[in-house]
Amino acid sequence: MASSDTFAEQAMEYAPQLYSAAMRMTRNQADAEDLVQETYLRGFRGFHTFQQGTNLRAWLFRILTNAFINKYRAKQRRPVETDLADVEDLYLYRRVGSLETSAAGLSAEEQFFDLFTDDEVKQALEDLPENFRLPVILADVEGFSYKEIAEMLDIPIGTVMSRLHRGRKAMQRALYDFAEARGLVEHTPDPVPDG
Amino acid sequence: MADDGCGETIRELETFLDNELSDDARAQIQEHLDGCVDCLQAFDFQAELKAVIRLKCRSDEIPPGLLAKIERCFDTDFDGDGIIGERT
Repeated sequence: MASSDTFAEQAMEYAPQLYSAAMRMTRNQADAEDLVQETYLRGFRGFHTFQQGTNLRAWLFRILTNAFINKYRAKQRRPVETDLADVEDLYLYRRVGSLETSAAGLSAEEQFFDLFTDDEVKQALEDLPENFRLPVILADVEGFSYKEIAEMLDIPIGTVMSRLHRGRKAMQRALYDFAEARGLVEHTPDPVPDG
Repeated sequence: MADDGCGETIRELETFLDNELSDDARAQIQEHLDGCVDCLQAFDFQAELKAVIRLKCRSDEIPPGLLAKIERCFDTDFDGDGIIGERT
């Protein structure tokens, strides 16, 4: 049978993306490697159910997401559904949008964002509770549509949107905290009290 | 920001950047952005942030050996029934 060749031929190119997403989901290399292997094994076994001509990348990410949820959710000490503190809209922009003309001699947003290391941005994402982290990984890192994410996570599109909105704001706050801790921005007191 | 549609525009910021708006709704937002520097700046900032997250969170090197491990499971008859890859 040529089916294993066909699957390998078509699916292997997505391994680096799947691995990066698995790293953001599991937050460690050993689990990420296991998760990617599990994804390919499940994909290989279920490849006869894949409809040729549809989106193989989305199909593989759906398997990855499901494998993560089934395998690792049970291991997590933190509750699955965690809430996030309320963060105001455009959190980062409202604090650093004017930086260009004031502190640090920054001339462009690109330069500001360049100050963050890869590890800081990864950390800000990985620190999100799982119910917010998965939509942000799938939308912002992998570029899937709301509809695709809703199907992968088996939640309504409105829930995808609200989790993205809140997850993204929390990430911005985490990035701002990194910037402040490193002295990249001056401390500004939080104008919005919790609640 | 004076509210000449700024509030409405900012509310649609994420759906706009996520490419989830209808053509009509998108054109409307675009029209506002063409005439409003304040909103355009906020949109540019968020677009750049989104690009940075994508770039920096996808930079992991795939561990050497993982590809070979994956390929090996395509050739493994897990339960000895002569069917490759089956493990039930």
